[in-house]
Amino acid sequence: MIGPDGALAPERQPALARAPWWLLVLGLAAVLLAWRLATDALWRDIASRILEGLGVTLLVTAVAFPLGLALGLVAALGLVSSKPIPRQLALLYVQVARGVPVLVWIFVVAFVLVPAGVAAAQSLGGWLAPLLGPDNALANLRPADVPMGARVVAALAFAYGAFEAETLRGGLTSLPRGQAEAARALGLSRGQALRHILLPQTFRRVLPTLGNDLVSLLKDSSLVSVLGVRDITQEARLLQSATFRYVESLTLLAFLYLALTLLVALLVRFLERRYRRHAA
Amino acid sequence: MPPDLPAASAPVLEARDLVKTYGSLAAVDGVSLAIRPGSVTAILGPSGSGKSTLLRCLNFLVVPDSGTVLLEGRPADPRHDHALDAHRARVGMVFQQFHLFPHLSIRENVALAPRVARRLPHAEADALAARQLVRVGLADKLDAYPDQLSGGQQQRAAIARALAMEPAVLLFDEPTSALDPELTGEVLAVMRQLAAERVTMVVVTHDVAFARAAASEVVFMDAGKIVEQGPPAQVLDAPLTDRARRFFATG
Repeated sequence: MIGPDGALAPERQPALARAPWWLLVLGLAAVLLAWRLATDALWRDIASRILEGLGVTLLVTAVAFPLGLALGLVAALGLVSSKPIPRQLALLYVQVARGVPVLVWIFVVAFVLVPAGVAAAQSLGGWLAPLLGPDNALANLRPADVPMGARVVAALAFAYGAFEAETLRGGLTSLPRGQAEAARALGLSRGQALRHILLPQTFRRVLPTLGNDLVSLLKDSSLVSVLGVRDITQEARLLQSATFRYVESLTLLAFLYLALTLLVALLVRFLERRYRRHAA
Repeated sequence: MPPDLPAASAPVLEARDLVKTYGSLAAVDGVSLAIRPGSVTAILGPSGSGKSTLLRCLNFLVVPDSGTVLLEGRPADPRHDHALDAHRARVGMVFQQFHLFPHLSIRENVALAPRVARRLPHAEADALAARQLVRVGLADKLDAYPDQLSGGQQQRAAIARALAMEPAVLLFDEPTSALDPELTGEVLAVMRQLAAERVTMVVVTHDVAFARAAASEVVFMDAGKIVEQGPPAQVLDAPLTDRARRFFATG
């Protein structure tokens, strides 16, 4: 496990042992699947049905991730704050958000928090009726006005914000203290030091972890199917209930996720290589 | 040779009765010090004598428990962020471990604070950075990154970074202690050149030879107090106190 030079992977391995066999196995499976798709019209039909949900899967991931990251950044700044109130609020958020399964958060946001928020908006609208008129948009808000897709994105962003908060807090506290000192000693304000000195270095350090979180979120986006949001998982389930083609649809669905997560992993590795220089 | 100074000139930076305690230890124990414009003040003393803490009190990286720091006659108030940032923008600092920003090129390291804190336009900040880097002999390293420079070059870049804010006074915290003997020379040469240009400097150092050659004023500290103070010829070669005599006899 640890080589004579102290490195985790021994430095000199025979070329045969270093070859990416795992990729070869995957490639072989992909070739078999491609052959199946080329020769079997039924597989092609099922594949095209599932792919109709691809846009939703990508959209949910692409919106929830930056939202979660922004939430996580705010929470991380709270976690490292020397002031008690922001710190306690951030701790409360992180513990609550991480202490409930993502699937349960999706249900809670969709069927408890959103209806409660809509009810609050209605009473606010009624209260403001003298000002806005009895027919104002707040008073007329109905739960159905908040689409399931939006509820699901909010729930994923809320849950993942806690993971990102912990990731960013770890990155921020790993920076040498001298960096903040040098920035402040030059006359930079707290905000300027964060924006120009501390956060750029933090993001370079935590890029691999953020990449893992993005892959996790991409996979967890399949949970949106429980609310009937038509991502690739939901398309596959609809197909199954109509045709009972479990083997074909599940095989294709699994392969599609695998292809997507490999693509994201490659993208992250590319970014990592680009930013690894001078990231000390 | 120490430049001779008009004794009457008003201090650019002044500390009055500074006290900083850590638990029961008084790191800085009632220190007053006046820095005149164009002077080079070397602060010497044994480890733990409070000289670095005193230096850090001057730009509030350490906030003193009591006492006042005056910049150009006006007391600085570390409790207000804006006043604190304004004070620090006028008081440059060079660290023992350089603390260059590793994700920025040398030019960006130097241009960042003028651009962000002094709000200079991009091109103007870049030109200013280039001028300061020429001044410390790094004209050919503008686009290099800190990890591509030697320790001596990094420290010279850090000096240029502090100079780019055009501070009223420059603080040095053991600027050559992290460098091997071959590299200290190039940093000391830059500091001697700045002294000749009448840049006001306060230097915490263990380097008696540098203090003798470049300082106009030497301050000897022990146990949080200034024990002796005066021109280098007096403090280094004819100290009045036993404590200073013992220190300079061995050091």
